[in-house]
Amino acid sequence: MDLNKLTIKKAKEGLKRKDFSSVELTKACQKAIKQTDHKLNVFITLTEDEAIKNAEKADKLIASGQDLPLLGIPIALKDMFSTKGIETTAGSNVLKGYIPPYDATVVTKLKNAGAIIIGKTNQDAWAHGSSGENSDFSPTKNPWNPEYVPGGSSSGSAVAVAINMALAATGTDTGGSIRLPASFTNTVGLKPTYGRVSRYGIVAMASSHDSIGHFTKTVEDSAIFLGVTAGKDEKDATASDLEVPDYTKNLQNRIKTLRIGVDPEFHSKHIESESVSLLAKAYNTIKNLLESDIVPDISLPHSKHATACYYIIQPSEVSSNLSRYDGIRYGNGRKNFGQEAKRRIILGTHALSSGYYDQYYNKASQVRTMLINDFKKVFENVDAIIAPVSPTPPWKLGEKVDDPLKMYLSDIFTVTANLTGLPALSIPIGFTKNGLPVGMQIIAPHFSEEILFQIGHAFEQATQNEDWRQKEPNL
Amino acid sequence: MKYTPVIGLEVHVELKTKSKMFCGCSADYFGKEPNTYTCPVCLGLPGALPVPNKKAIEWCIMIGLALNCEIPLFSKFDRKNYFYPDLPKGYQISQYDQPFCINGFVELEGVKLKHPEGVKLSVKLKKKIRIRRVHQEEDTGKLIHQTINGEKVSLIDFNRSGVPLVEIVTEPDFESAEEVKEYLQKLQQIVRYLGVSNADMEKGEMRLEPNISLRSNNTNTTNTTNKPISNKDLPLYKVEVKNINSFRFVEKAIDYEIKRQSEILDKGETPKQETRGFVEASNSTVLQRSKEEAADYRYFPEPDIPPFRWNESQISNLKSQMPELPDSKRARFEQDYKLSPYDAEILTRERPLADYFENAVIDGKKFGVTEKEITNYLINKKPNIEELLLAQLIQTIVQSSQIADIDEEKLNELIDKVLKENPKAVEDFKKGKESVIMYLVGQVMRNFTKRIDAEKIKASLLAKLK
Repeated sequence: MDLNKLTIKKAKEGLKRKDFSSVELTKACQKAIKQTDHKLNVFITLTEDEAIKNAEKADKLIASGQDLPLLGIPIALKDMFSTKGIETTAGSNVLKGYIPPYDATVVTKLKNAGAIIIGKTNQDAWAHGSSGENSDFSPTKNPWNPEYVPGGSSSGSAVAVAINMALAATGTDTGGSIRLPASFTNTVGLKPTYGRVSRYGIVAMASSHDSIGHFTKTVEDSAIFLGVTAGKDEKDATASDLEVPDYTKNLQNRIKTLRIGVDPEFHSKHIESESVSLLAKAYNTIKNLLESDIVPDISLPHSKHATACYYIIQPSEVSSNLSRYDGIRYGNGRKNFGQEAKRRIILGTHALSSGYYDQYYNKASQVRTMLINDFKKVFENVDAIIAPVSPTPPWKLGEKVDDPLKMYLSDIFTVTANLTGLPALSIPIGFTKNGLPVGMQIIAPHFSEEILFQIGHAFEQATQNEDWRQKEPNL
Repeated sequence: MKYTPVIGLEVHVELKTKSKMFCGCSADYFGKEPNTYTCPVCLGLPGALPVPNKKAIEWCIMIGLALNCEIPLFSKFDRKNYFYPDLPKGYQISQYDQPFCINGFVELEGVKLKHPEGVKLSVKLKKKIRIRRVHQEEDTGKLIHQTINGEKVSLIDFNRSGVPLVEIVTEPDFESAEEVKEYLQKLQQIVRYLGVSNADMEKGEMRLEPNISLRSNNTNTTNTTNKPISNKDLPLYKVEVKNINSFRFVEKAIDYEIKRQSEILDKGETPKQETRGFVEASNSTVLQRSKEEAADYRYFPEPDIPPFRWNESQISNLKSQMPELPDSKRARFEQDYKLSPYDAEILTRERPLADYFENAVIDGKKFGVTEKEITNYLINKKPNIEELLLAQLIQTIVQSSQIADIDEEKLNELIDKVLKENPKAVEDFKKGKESVIMYLVGQVMRNFTKRIDAEKIKASLLAKLK
């Protein structure tokens, strides 16, 4: 078996048993990158030599009996994460050539946990986009069919994990930027609770929505990874100081007593029919694991306003966050901003202008509060909600590029978790007849990632022998 | 005068916290090598986040409390968005609609009332200057314009970027440059007393921005009651003056504006709403920015910093940590030490002197040195209290007040001489004008260099005159 196809869990076991070394594992990932990166544009920067050096160090530590959660595990980082001494572009020409003098807190934590950073992945510039096509470094392509988009904005990270270029990869999720590409690439994507993972050192998109998560091959790996990245940070005032549980500890807990509701949007006529039947099948699988047949009734009266609300607050914050990129201290001039960034700067600047603030930003903030209250009420009666990730399976490259509104609407099921700060997990549930992946999301109350992992893991176990689980991209 | 000035004031005070407002960099930047006190946060690097300085916020609230403000239990930071090369994030973290402190006041002592007919009255009336708000924000970097190798360049020093600032905004309650000056002195004294800022104008630790307009006295809005005027009676324009770095210049700028605006009003025109800059060389102001060019700051709540929810005990705890403030210290000195208002004012002008005085009183008691003696010595001799140990001070006073031994024979000769030289006084005394005796005592004492016992001289004089 190819080492790079292992999960974090299995790779750790193998490393511990000395079946193989971290150097071998890292080289296997680098081989996969060499074979397909030029076809799919997955990475912006590779750290080949440094990765091998760090793998050698990891091997020494393993030999000396050290045990760290990610010791010797090759991972990729979205190019939003500041890495000391390694170019960090946020997918934009504005930051081309910018080398940060410091590591993001999460990067430090991953390094301290023994992870091997093999490179920085492609993405929509500034994380603006749902398809990966807004990258200034060529769009990433979907490995399941390179004519299709892999979803965005964390496009490179999703694909890197999908085709075993890394065992896991980090992402940022401001409106669905982890969950959407996860569902489009047959990977597990976690958007943690807002404040669960430090944002320090990660290029800000829309600060009150940005959630720092990751892609993995399995739910269990996602739990292992969060155990490393989560926790308080003195450098991020919005990072929660709530204790971080051992997410893998209760993973096996049977989910039969959980009350799991269904997002009313589940039956939305906006969802493409093939996705509807896959979602229905997945839901049935989960329902069969539960003790009670009762499907709790869920009402989210304000969720229909979520997208409108998101596209006011998000560009407002974007317009302010991008103003530091003036080319004076670092990076390149403002003329390097692409169309989408300019669009959001203009939208946000307008929404915050005096005379418009009340009818736009202020109003949207009020709706946001109502939405939060909707979910608070719902979670009095249920432990988790399952929902679609995307109204459609992956679309073709170029299909929506010229229609920003159409592109924005692909986020309708994901933005809610960002507006409310709730944790959400996207898990693979199967493929369309054309062989394109489809995912489903699970949403839980604030800081209840454990519930997400329990449900996701149970679903994985229940479906592990199904045919679609054995599929591999044909490259 | 046909017009009454309507003046408001915005003052920025730089706090002397150890670290900057939102990062761990040292805030003690003055005179340091450029860009050596920086980090990703105060340089606005991608991904950096602000974490508020707790001490700075406590000090901001203390300033508010010292200015008699209310402290709302909910407050937050906002972003003020504008572009300038010295502002690395493209926005300043400030406070917009919910500042830490609101609705305070400062009482001015010295408003001399002028009688309409020009008769000078010595009456002083206290006047309240309302404080609209006291809020927290961060300083910007500093632009340095130079010519290097024949090329004009603008350099940026970010050492000051992110240093905590407190902005204190008054209502437009001032009516003269003198009132403004008194307020500024009080404010400077208060922040120094609190120990939260050195408020050194020359180092830019205190910056002043007056806004000035004129109200016609012909309307019935003339402010004869010395009470704040309501907003509807305010002039329809105001002129803000920037670039002022001394109390003297703020007076000059105000006086210049009063003259300039009067001339415009005399012509029947209304001065334009604008921002002007003070020019030291000519003691005048020049146009910087007109109303039309005013920036839209697009304020919105700072998403990187959670809002603040205080409880009453936190605020009262801060209150209890505050030192005694100048006004109450002065009142206490007058009462406890029986000092004149004049002496009490001088002794409490700066906290170190006031503390020195009080310690001297305690030590002095053991040696019979009185409060009055200490006061006189400190005020008349103005010793360097940083060098003069308390023990030395007391010793000096004790020595100078010791009564020298007087040679009886010499005293007798002197008394005879004085009596001979002052026949009129002797005559007056004998006619029953007994108060003359003190004059004669003085005449005798003048002949001694050391301090001698006046009672003894008086007794000897009386014996001779009988």
